[in-house]
Amino acid sequence: MIWEQIRSNTVRSAWLVALMGVILLALGYVIGLFFFDSAIAGLIIALIVWAIMNLVAFAQGDQILLSVAGARKISKQDHPRLYNVVEEMTIASGLKKVPDIYIIDDPALNAFSTGRNEDHAAVAITSGLLQKLNRDELQGVMAHEIGHIKNRDILLMMLLSVLLGTIVILAWYASRFMFFGGMAGGNRRGGSRGGGGGAAVVIILVIAIALMILAPIFAQLIYFAVSRRREYLADASSALYTRYPEGLASALEKLGTSNVKVQRANQATAPLYIVNPFQKKASLSDLTATHPPLVERIRILRSMDGGAGLAEYERAYRQVKGQGVVPATALSGAAAVGLRAASAESGPIEPAAEQVARARETSDLMWRMNNYRTIDCPCGTRLRVPPEYRRPSVQCPHCGRVHQTPG
Amino acid sequence: MIALWIVLGIIVILLFIFIGIYNGLVRLRNAVKNAWAQIDVQLKRRHDLIPNLVETVKGYRDFERETLEAVTKARNVAIQASQTGAGPAAQGKAEGELSSALARLMVVVERYPDLKANTNFLALQEELSSTENKIAFSRQYYNDSVLRYNNQIQMFPSNVVAGMGNFKQAEFFEVTAAAEREAPKVSFS
Repeated sequence: MIWEQIRSNTVRSAWLVALMGVILLALGYVIGLFFFDSAIAGLIIALIVWAIMNLVAFAQGDQILLSVAGARKISKQDHPRLYNVVEEMTIASGLKKVPDIYIIDDPALNAFSTGRNEDHAAVAITSGLLQKLNRDELQGVMAHEIGHIKNRDILLMMLLSVLLGTIVILAWYASRFMFFGGMAGGNRRGGSRGGGGGAAVVIILVIAIALMILAPIFAQLIYFAVSRRREYLADASSALYTRYPEGLASALEKLGTSNVKVQRANQATAPLYIVNPFQKKASLSDLTATHPPLVERIRILRSMDGGAGLAEYERAYRQVKGQGVVPATALSGAAAVGLRAASAESGPIEPAAEQVARARETSDLMWRMNNYRTIDCPCGTRLRVPPEYRRPSVQCPHCGRVHQTPG
Repeated sequence: MIALWIVLGIIVILLFIFIGIYNGLVRLRNAVKNAWAQIDVQLKRRHDLIPNLVETVKGYRDFERETLEAVTKARNVAIQASQTGAGPAAQGKAEGELSSALARLMVVVERYPDLKANTNFLALQEELSSTENKIAFSRQYYNDSVLRYNNQIQMFPSNVVAGMGNFKQAEFFEVTAAAEREAPKVSFS
């Protein structure tokens, strides 16, 4: 059933990618006509820029993205719970390989996944979110991210963002040339053609200006439309893998109550995150939203009282939104899938000790990742030794004991 | 002459469709086999973790002997069942008993605050509870794979190919032991 879902998504997405491609070609065509008097030259320039950006994206795209987000890779010893949860979801989804796990040192609450296919994939989570979520919620979030990998959203979003980037770059440079350097060129051309060509030049000029302004906007709208749909499908996958939609619902609730913004996110990387890193208030049917409103996503997940399968998500979606989201081919033959109970760790009210333990676990990890060394003094003080400290010993400021500096 | 070419063309197209469906079925069947092997990997992991657990807990002198012995015994039975090839039913029963023995151990642990503060033990506890989850999720994925495979075998036109290629329906994993059907409820408060 997931199989068919992927295939149907691929077809639908191919159309959207093609539409973006057409926008790119139209832009190249007009630029060519305007600057070089030859549409072919413009098309070739557009394709070359696009090809170069694709090469970069496929070779290094995920690494660039992760480093822009300030993400750092962790191994199992760094955070066993997170690693285990990702492993569990890898098993539940049937991925062949555990994705690389990254942590972003940021108090904001967010997570994203990237990569180009199942074997080259990564999930990233902010330290703030890692600290806030209990095990079931973390499982829901990681299942959502793995859903993006499994549904091949990461590849699609990379293709789309490369197209979008190319369109934006071309339109930007073309408009700058036109307004600052291009005036002289326009005159020269007008002169060579004589009086008769004047009307044609004006028409091309108008079309060129319109396209340069509209193309990036259209491309962005397509990008966002795809992104919104993908979020719902990844939510459905999360419910299916965990058999526990409440986990993700309650995680989204925690995400919604926070208003700390991700420091190193920008408009281009925004669709990758599990919730929009910028938008604070959920607004209905907003075309420029990268994500569906949180309230709706939570309501759909909480309406899934009859099971955890795709069919049940579709039913809950219809109940909340009045129309369907899961492709019909994905639903054929989908049997009822049972829900599971909450795990013991995640009761209705979280014990404070649990939250403190999680906060300590995460802060330990962040200290370690920044190369601080930790000494537990017998008096109960925990010393953090900065990486640039070179002396062989350090004195506890609380009780005065002298400790050896660990290597 | 043209009619002959058309007939040939149709045969070639049908052949390609047949090959595509056949390969798809093989892929699904392999996925089912692979998913089954994954369950064994996780069960084996649990067997490997238990000696460490017993070793850590044993250090606490007044720890209930019979609870520990029950876990060790259940582990040995489960290992034997998997090595002698006692069949999925017997193996499932042995693993189910191991699960409930472990759950009892975790309840008893609640009475030993020192043990619960031991970092070694906490790390083991995380590993063990995650392994329990992984066992459950690998079984869930196995059933998902079986569902996909069986659906494909039953639906037209792949059912025709399945009949010719002798693809048989796979069996779902069903939890046999009553103790295992209910996930062990342990509260760590």
